[in-house]
Amino acid sequence: MLDFFKFFSKEDNKSKDIAKERLKLILIHDRANVSPKFLDMIKGDIIKVISNYMEIDEAGMDIKLSRIERENDNYSSALIANIPIKRMKKIGKNN
Amino acid sequence: MGEVIVITSGKGGVGKTTTTANIGTALALEGKQVVLIDADIGLRNLDVVMGLENRIVYDLVDVVEGVCRLKQALIRDKRFKGLYLLPAAQTRDKNAVNPEQMKNLCEELKKHFDYILIDCPAGIEQGFKNAIAGADRAIVITVPEVSSVRDADRIIGLLSAQGLNTPLLVVNRLRMDMVKKGDMMDIDDTIDILGIDLLGVVPDDERIIVSSNRGEPAVIEASSLAGQAYRNIAKRIMGEDVPLIQLENNDRFIDKLLGLFKSKKKN
Repeated sequence: MLDFFKFFSKEDNKSKDIAKERLKLILIHDRANVSPKFLDMIKGDIIKVISNYMEIDEAGMDIKLSRIERENDNYSSALIANIPIKRMKKIGKNN
Repeated sequence: MGEVIVITSGKGGVGKTTTTANIGTALALEGKQVVLIDADIGLRNLDVVMGLENRIVYDLVDVVEGVCRLKQALIRDKRFKGLYLLPAAQTRDKNAVNPEQMKNLCEELKKHFDYILIDCPAGIEQGFKNAIAGADRAIVITVPEVSSVRDADRIIGLLSAQGLNTPLLVVNRLRMDMVKKGDMMDIDDTIDILGIDLLGVVPDDERIIVSSNRGEPAVIEASSLAGQAYRNIAKRIMGEDVPLIQLENNDRFIDKLLGLFKSKKKN
């Protein structure tokens, strides 16, 4: 009986898990004291540098602070950037 | 030499005042000399929760400004031997006191009491800075909700910046029925997120409202589950190793009986 319920509650994603995930992300930002403006500045600079070597899809670019699991259940903050590449520029290739 | 413990949370309405009243009363019932300081100047409430509102003559600001002697402002709780209240001023604001004055006040009280519990106002401004200035230890209260846990985390950071590096956590108003359904973060979730040690867990208990209606702390009621949780917290503050009470809903009645039995045995 219990398993039956468990099965169901798993299906529609327990609200406490949503709370936990949201909190983890919120606290990363709170603790690092990082504002969206700060992230935008990093984003702008990364685009500037990478654009020297490849053509990227700026609209599809996603940059965020997250946390990654290290060994022994330890977590550390990580800057995760997802940058779709449209085309490599000549300058970045071996001749 | 006594110990100054500040009870804080960041967010308002999570149970700081209730916790201060109950832990303080429980410590006094254990035979300790205890003074409760209401540091919420302008919005005092600890007097009401304790049922001592009619006995206020002088307050915290009067003491700090030298209008009266410290002893004159301390209200002795006639029901519990060794329990005193230093009420907040109601017609002043947080800036009527500064951290240095609070530090001096705490040092003075430490000479005469075993425990000085400070009920911290909500927020992170002047009132918070005053409340933590003289503290040796901090207790952070949170309820298992996103906004409260977030504020608790911020408070933990600010406490650490003041040298209060090992605050202890009290999870308040836990509802086992919701935890079971997966609709409330459990104790492990909360500790995991905040990363500090647990001092106690207080179940959501309507007896708390009844007791504040009456101005009688819940710890004096053997049948109140929250009261029992607060009694256990007081014992842990005194260094005793007390296991968490079982909060499983189905066993609730049994637990109440057990709690009754245990508290009888102690007295």
